[in-house]
Amino acid sequence: MSDHELRVSKIRNGTVLDHITGGSALHVLALLGIDGSEGTGVSVAMNVPSDRLGTKDVVKVEERELSQAEVDVLSLIAPRATVNIVQEYEVVEKKRVERPGSVAGVLACPNSSCITNADEPVTTRFDVLDDGLRCRYCEEIIREGIADHLAVS
Amino acid sequence: MRQDHLVAAGQLSRADVERVLDRAAEFDAALATGDPLPARYPETVLALCFYEPSTRTKMSFETAMKRLGGDVVDMGGVDASSVKKGESLADTVRVIQGYADGIVLRHPREGAARMASEFVDVPVVNAGDGAGQHPSQTLLDLYTIREAAGLDDLTIGIVGDLKYGRTVHSLATALTEFDAHMHFVSPESLRLPRSVRFDLHEAGAQVREHTELDEVLPELDVLYVTRIQRERFPDEDEYEKVAGQFQIDAETLAAAGDDLTVMHPLPRVDEIDPEIDDTDDANYFEQAHNGVPVRMALLDLLLSNHE
Repeated sequence: MSDHELRVSKIRNGTVLDHITGGSALHVLALLGIDGSEGTGVSVAMNVPSDRLGTKDVVKVEERELSQAEVDVLSLIAPRATVNIVQEYEVVEKKRVERPGSVAGVLACPNSSCITNADEPVTTRFDVLDDGLRCRYCEEIIREGIADHLAVS
Repeated sequence: MRQDHLVAAGQLSRADVERVLDRAAEFDAALATGDPLPARYPETVLALCFYEPSTRTKMSFETAMKRLGGDVVDMGGVDASSVKKGESLADTVRVIQGYADGIVLRHPREGAARMASEFVDVPVVNAGDGAGQHPSQTLLDLYTIREAAGLDDLTIGIVGDLKYGRTVHSLATALTEFDAHMHFVSPESLRLPRSVRFDLHEAGAQVREHTELDEVLPELDVLYVTRIQRERFPDEDEYEKVAGQFQIDAETLAAAGDDLTVMHPLPRVDEIDPEIDDTDDANYFEQAHNGVPVRMALLDLLLSNHE
């Protein structure tokens, strides 16, 4: 059994997120709204060696199959992630991470004067640009530190 | 114009702008006769919701609606309304759409008008959202420029508070539709925000940025001066560093071309010396007067879309 397998063993059913940018796993969990309170198994390996990325994070979420929309949101902070859906220990589907045209409800606008930061019944929406994100309300552009603006915790 | 709302200048194509300006010219000519205008919208009520102070925008929208034969209801100041009790903007506009056929909204937060437009079925006009946009001002600015200097092959200098100046953000965006040469003059700390620079770049606009007006003044057809807005600065010290940095007087304008048009969305503080007011260069009072025919045209197009 290799070091890697010792760190994170196979799961029976669920989703394996591999090739996550090293150090981003906790942001990925936050983005997906996974905090352990679900009661199902969550395994996290951070900064493990990767031929492709140098270092990478791996997250295994048991008893939950991520939708394509959830996978696409991951592209904002883990653009090279790979996603495998597992059933009875076998990979039954591989999903590609693709940048969505827009994202709703996952990021807070960094502009403190944006209407989405007032006490209003409005969901944040960002259009995804080639090199950043743009608030659909105040038009503020985010290019750096996207994970710092996650609206979920 | 096919839109139901006007929340940002980026919505407006060149054809949209020209349609509004042409209609405004018709209203302008009709108003100039002094004869009563036909009441196009006798049963129409426009709601004025101003969460920030206003003189020109509010009064010109009110006049415009009344000149079209309609009437207005005014929410009054924030202190006099249920906003004081903590009512959300979303709730307020949903209530108001039951009283009125259109809503003119000024609000201190960026994106307020866009959000409001998502909660109502009547047209919403953004009359200024914080340091964001002020697209109806842009329409009257473009009308004034077209009358004074023409919109083709225009070279314009925009001076002052480019960071927080919502009239600047909307005007710059709209001018990309006319291939204008744009010079932006400001202290380094008040440069155009990233979002506007992004839009100008995406549109392939011809843009240059300066910190000194005299670098560019002789080239200009139009000089658009803005107030450095103390109320938008998070820090008073930062305001004091740049206050009074651009003051236009007769000596300044001696270096300008013969046909310069000086504009200002008003109110001014000390950016333009009153000695310029009576010169041929000064167009800012005419600009303010144009608010009525241009807003008549805008309301006419939005309300007729909604009929």
